[in-house]
Amino acid sequence: MADSTAAAPKPSSSVKLVLLGEAAVGKSSLVLRFVNNDFQENKEPTIGAAFLTQKCNLPTRTIKFEIWDTAGQERFASLAPMYYRNAQSALVVYDLTKPTSLIKAKHWVAELQRQASPGIVIALVGNKLDLTNETSEPADPLNDDGDADTTEGDDSSGDARKISTAEAKSYAEEEGLLFFETSAKLGTNVTEVFTAIANAIPETSLKGARGPGATQAGAGSGANDQSRVSLTGPRDNASKEGCAC
Amino acid sequence: MGSSPTASRSSSNNCIRQPNASGQASQADDHGNTTMTVGEDQMSAEEVEAPQEGMGAVKATVEDRDDDGYRPPLPPRPNLSKTPERPTTPGGLNTSHRRPSLLSKPTTAVSSIDIQTLSFPDGSRGTFSTPASRSVSESAALDTPGSMTPKGKHSQNGSEGDDTTSLMSYAPTMKGTGDLASLLNDDINAQSPAWRLLSSKADTVNPFEAIDYENTSLLNFENEFNEIAPVDSKGGNEEELLTQFKAKYKHYLCLSSAGKPIYSRHGDQNLINGYIGIIQTLISFYEGSKDPLHGFTAGGTRFVIFIAGPLYFVAISRLGESDAQLRSQLEALYMQILSTLTLPTLTHLFSNRPNTDLRRPLEGTETLLSSLADTFTKGSPSALLSALECLKLRKSQRYVINNTLLKARTEKLLYGLIVAGGRLVSVVRPKRHSLHPSDLQLIFNMLFEAGGVKAGGGENWIPLCLPGFNNRGYLYMYVSFLSAYDDGQDGEERPSTPGSSAREDEIAVLLISAEKESFYELKQMRDDVVSQLEKNGSMDIIKAAVRQGRPSTADIVPGTQLRHFLYKSRANVQYTMPSFNPYFNGLLPQRRLMNLYNNLHAQIHAKHSHLKVLHSVSRDSVSLAWSTPLFEFYCVAGPNASRASIAHGANKVIQWVKREEERVFIIGGAVF
Repeated sequence: MADSTAAAPKPSSSVKLVLLGEAAVGKSSLVLRFVNNDFQENKEPTIGAAFLTQKCNLPTRTIKFEIWDTAGQERFASLAPMYYRNAQSALVVYDLTKPTSLIKAKHWVAELQRQASPGIVIALVGNKLDLTNETSEPADPLNDDGDADTTEGDDSSGDARKISTAEAKSYAEEEGLLFFETSAKLGTNVTEVFTAIANAIPETSLKGARGPGATQAGAGSGANDQSRVSLTGPRDNASKEGCAC
Repeated sequence: MGSSPTASRSSSNNCIRQPNASGQASQADDHGNTTMTVGEDQMSAEEVEAPQEGMGAVKATVEDRDDDGYRPPLPPRPNLSKTPERPTTPGGLNTSHRRPSLLSKPTTAVSSIDIQTLSFPDGSRGTFSTPASRSVSESAALDTPGSMTPKGKHSQNGSEGDDTTSLMSYAPTMKGTGDLASLLNDDINAQSPAWRLLSSKADTVNPFEAIDYENTSLLNFENEFNEIAPVDSKGGNEEELLTQFKAKYKHYLCLSSAGKPIYSRHGDQNLINGYIGIIQTLISFYEGSKDPLHGFTAGGTRFVIFIAGPLYFVAISRLGESDAQLRSQLEALYMQILSTLTLPTLTHLFSNRPNTDLRRPLEGTETLLSSLADTFTKGSPSALLSALECLKLRKSQRYVINNTLLKARTEKLLYGLIVAGGRLVSVVRPKRHSLHPSDLQLIFNMLFEAGGVKAGGGENWIPLCLPGFNNRGYLYMYVSFLSAYDDGQDGEERPSTPGSSAREDEIAVLLISAEKESFYELKQMRDDVVSQLEKNGSMDIIKAAVRQGRPSTADIVPGTQLRHFLYKSRANVQYTMPSFNPYFNGLLPQRRLMNLYNNLHAQIHAKHSHLKVLHSVSRDSVSLAWSTPLFEFYCVAGPNASRASIAHGANKVIQWVKREEERVFIIGGAVF
């Protein structure tokens, strides 16, 4: 892993990001798409957690994401606090073809709001957009492919969506979360999620960037209001450019 | 052959309980014996009992089938007359040595459980005091026999105790070779020049090469690892799936004592539910009468059962493995489950609710269980010998690597390992704690076989329980991978070894801690270690060694007729072997070879057999197994290799291992 950000002309800072969500919703696939721009069919479940880094270039600064990709299985849940404890941002992922995964995602959001650093930026992400019919709208030649792979969906029309965009979006607004629907398989919206998070991270929490331990103090209660305020900005942005809804 | 699992329905009255089982199993032998459902007893096997001073009992068996017309009778065997106790009935001798498996408990320290008493890797063997400095087998051999007795003691039920008594007579490697040579180097295999001119009799014929008489064993083995589709909702495809299901050579089932399915290698729940019910009924019936069922045979299929607390494990095999071997495979699956849950959690789950569905807590580990199962089905020398393989390095080079690890060591480190493609490069450990091969087997399986960790990229932080170390709690393992091919020397292409998969060139740094918060500390240590290794050139050495791969048999012993061998050093619990190239490339040849090794291993470890040397001739190969308190040795040559030449080759290999001992094995290891 390249970890020398030293020579960057723009100010550069590390942001710790944690991915949470039910098993098999595509957390690792989102990360793999973001970090390596790659996708693996039938990826094996993550064991424990994987730690990856990826830089995200913003106009004014460079954000180096330190990503904790956690395993979704129930038995690893007790380890989660270790990963979100000092995180400045979190990606809570659900599978938009699986209603229980949104319930699980809501639990994670609640736990983060209760236990994580107060200023944490949370993005709610509905993954597997490729399994729905809607991908065709933004001129997507891979539509057929997406339909062919709808193995898990029961819906004969090829649209396996079980969670409407409106439902998830209204929940996200209520809780002040960033919201995206993505496809790790096709790459839809994946970078957008991370860019939006990078934009939403308040400057103040970037001060002591290097050590994640030190960051917490900076990201403390003071940053709270600011982050909530700044959330609205990027989200509007995001829904314009990214969200296919 | 009605060897499908359904056969168990009709033949369940065939069930034989372990202790008095002796004659029923028709073990599938890979040299074509599987086709002979009854014929095994008719095989004209010749057995020579040659009681020799210092060598113990020596059996040489020559198998020939009377159903093949073209093979000429064996040459006269001059020394037959010298063996008064030669059994006269072929049936009698068959029960004596061809079916060792049925008596199986793991017989020696080779089973994964027993092995744990031998601490890894320096031979300092935990409970009794051997100086850690003891390095090579020479010094071990020069010790009094007393130094070996603890091992015999530890293998509670092994035939190994007998070994210790006559240790001195053949312990030293070099001396032993003479014995073997003299034993086998008679003119028994003298052949006329005309005979030798027959091309089919040429020494250059390789094992398993002549496939004209190829039997149906291992037919369609290529499909063994194909997934069976799930039963569709209407059950319309059930017939077809059942056919696929029955075509598998190997099944592993795990169920709870309440009859809930937990894991099955093949088939989804709808397909296996019926079998689970039958199996559960069978096992419970014998459990109820306090006389547990250990295994039974239906047609050519062997069923072996392993009960661990609330869990029932069943291995169903048509590959002719012995009961002990199958049982140790089941134990490994059990260890994998423990590694996920820990023993207290498992016990707690079932004591609270005996009908717990364990699939949920185990969610996501099916791939680990399956890759473990597939490793066994493909045939793994490591699993067979319950030993580890090391990357061959010079002693001084390994010393530098060890020291680099030791120097970078952080407070929180418990074990530190560098592993290249499943072969150990270096290990550092606390003085008090050894690392158990069974634990390492689980780790290597997770990292190099299952692929889930590697595929994610990045660094990993994995909670796991190492049952051999402590089955009550979790340890935390830091893992990062380096590729042997990602450095500046990218220009040179990979060696064209189709047999070697990607796992062969992955180098992993594993740092294990008991502290769950120590990720960043261990990450720092890893960075230090890697940069230091790069600075002092060790990384290049490791990469070069990985790229080079295993030497071929011909590299080790030029001109030898041996095609492959396994050498296990008992004291180090490590083994070494040459490359599978060029003779055993691919799934099928490798499985055939492993079948052969399985048979040799089973026979030499059979209870009461006291075999020291086993020379086995079959239509498609000649093989030799040789067991001493210091090592176990198995080798294979083409069907026309003479005894003398194979013995000569064996001696050469053993001399080579002795010469290279501190390179092919990690002796001593690095302790802090």
